[in-house]
Amino acid sequence: MTSKTMLRLGLYLILILFALFYLMPLFVMLTTSLKSLEEIRTGSLLALPRDITFAAWSEAWSTACAGTKCEGLRPFFWNSVLMAVPAVMISTVVGALNGYVFAQWRFKGANLFFAMILFGCFIPFQVVLLPMAQMLGLMGLAGTIPGLIFVHVIYGLGFTTLFFRNYYVTIPQELVRAAKVDGAGFFRIFWSIFLPISLPIITVSVIWQFTQIWNDFLFGVSFSGAGSQPVTVALNNIVNSTTGVKAYNVDMAAAIIAALPTLLVYVVAGKYFIRGLTAGSVKG
Amino acid sequence: MPILEIDHLQKSYGDTHILHDINISIEEGDFLVLVGPSGCGKSTLLNCIAGLEPISGGDVSIAGRNVTGVSPKDRDIAMVFQSYALYPTMSVAKNITFGMKVRGVDKATQDQKLAQVAGQLQIEPLLHRKPGQLSGGQRQRVAMGRALVRDPKLFLFDEPLSNLDAKLRVSMRTEIKKLHQDLNASIVYVTHDQIEAMTLATKIVVMKGGVIQQIGTPAEIYNRPANMFVADFMGSPAMNLIPAKVRAEDGQTRIQIERAGMDPLVITDPVARNLPADIILGVRPEDIHEATGNAHLPGTAEGAGGDVMIDIVEPAGADTFAVTQLGGKAVTARLRAESAVKARQPFPLAFDLSKVSYFSPKDGERLN
Repeated sequence: MTSKTMLRLGLYLILILFALFYLMPLFVMLTTSLKSLEEIRTGSLLALPRDITFAAWSEAWSTACAGTKCEGLRPFFWNSVLMAVPAVMISTVVGALNGYVFAQWRFKGANLFFAMILFGCFIPFQVVLLPMAQMLGLMGLAGTIPGLIFVHVIYGLGFTTLFFRNYYVTIPQELVRAAKVDGAGFFRIFWSIFLPISLPIITVSVIWQFTQIWNDFLFGVSFSGAGSQPVTVALNNIVNSTTGVKAYNVDMAAAIIAALPTLLVYVVAGKYFIRGLTAGSVKG
Repeated sequence: MPILEIDHLQKSYGDTHILHDINISIEEGDFLVLVGPSGCGKSTLLNCIAGLEPISGGDVSIAGRNVTGVSPKDRDIAMVFQSYALYPTMSVAKNITFGMKVRGVDKATQDQKLAQVAGQLQIEPLLHRKPGQLSGGQRQRVAMGRALVRDPKLFLFDEPLSNLDAKLRVSMRTEIKKLHQDLNASIVYVTHDQIEAMTLATKIVVMKGGVIQQIGTPAEIYNRPANMFVADFMGSPAMNLIPAKVRAEDGQTRIQIERAGMDPLVITDPVARNLPADIILGVRPEDIHEATGNAHLPGTAEGAGGDVMIDIVEPAGADTFAVTQLGGKAVTARLRAESAVKARQPFPLAFDLSKVSYFSPKDGERLN
């Protein structure tokens, strides 16, 4: 064996060790969720389940108690879907329009506006909790899913605007000029010329926004009412509402269910995410 | 009625003046070329004509209609851009018909016009391709097709050939000229290439620093440049600009030029001219000839030349260029290919004084 292949083997060994290290929590979660409570009490944390059972999963989905309500994660999961999907769509569309204006329709003070929008990306969540609560109250959206959508759209716009602006700024201005001479207006140019070349950056925006909004806990716990809590808040409540014995298997199953959509988005669109982030100018 | 009239146009960004008091008027069928070095404001002027840049003062009229505040789409113009600016996700056919689609032209008319333009430019086989699948020359054709199909009052071209390689540039230049003749279209064309300007234009505007230096036919610009900038910018190799002293004598003009390693060269213009003592003599390389015994050139008196020391000889196939030092400047003469001129040897040269220009060394303006 040459020293080169030895080096290669060593490299793979280290990579595999790191991968195992990172996969450990997922392994524990999965195996624990498939064990019965009896087996968890008696067996080792790392052992594979002797009898695989999905009882914990169905309990987590439909009967686990969050506080006094024992309906599982299901209703809250749908709350999250109803919140995340419109919020992702609205913040992406508005971010695309914002980016289009900042990149191609320069106006007086555009740089200042863009700097202010960028600054919005860096405002910590905690700072806006009280004023936002007041605002939602004034708008009559306190404790509702539309209220949560509103909060997430506002918070996401800084990022989506940045994504789209940086993507569109690489597109030559002559394209807009040509379309103007051809007779197209602001929205026509956006719709016919800019949207069709935006797929990579739309993917980035959707993944980023979906992950942020689905995983958010602070806004969810602060601005939701009894019927509008997102899945992250419900997960917390399920884990914290123990009656006697702690049902680790149910907690683990619930945590996996809550994390599943973001995992899925990455698996399906992950490669477009990297491609979109590094996408350069559009030649044409 | 002029097809395009620009009246006292001004353009400034804050305190920076880009265009100063521009006045241009062209008739239907004219091919106007705006030429100048980069940063002279020629592209800005074109964008002002198109309405893509707001103007700070003055008026623009197209076909007798004042369009100063009118948006580009309502000016009845079509434009070809330097980068071609083809819509990257649309096929060639869609690129060409986009303008008609936006304006709500019916499908049958669109198809008929598309077929006509595609035939004219010989791009029928490309109609279903995307711009990314085309070569530079093909993109150029599509960009022209997009303009032609609109059948506008005025075509605007913004350095359309500068992204092509040298050979393609020459052939596309010929095609544009042919298109202009066939369609009798009115065109405003921006370029920094003086050869393009000379070959295409019926009228040239030479610009520098946002100021028009001269407006005229190619022949006027070439033969009677209004100042030293125009003289130097138009023509390749450039016009020789030789510092000289003049004095009037016997109703003639004697011109004295410093000559490297010899006595000053004195040549005689048979015409009495009212010139200051110090001038810049402007003479095109092709107006410096080999002096052959007693065969006088038109407009040349005896003693319109003399022996000069030749520094460099550059054979260029059809011509031979000989470089010498006169008045402290390198002076190029365009001689016949078979000329016996040799480097580092004296050689007799004569100036065709009927074609020379005299400039003031103070402000560079033309004196004759």
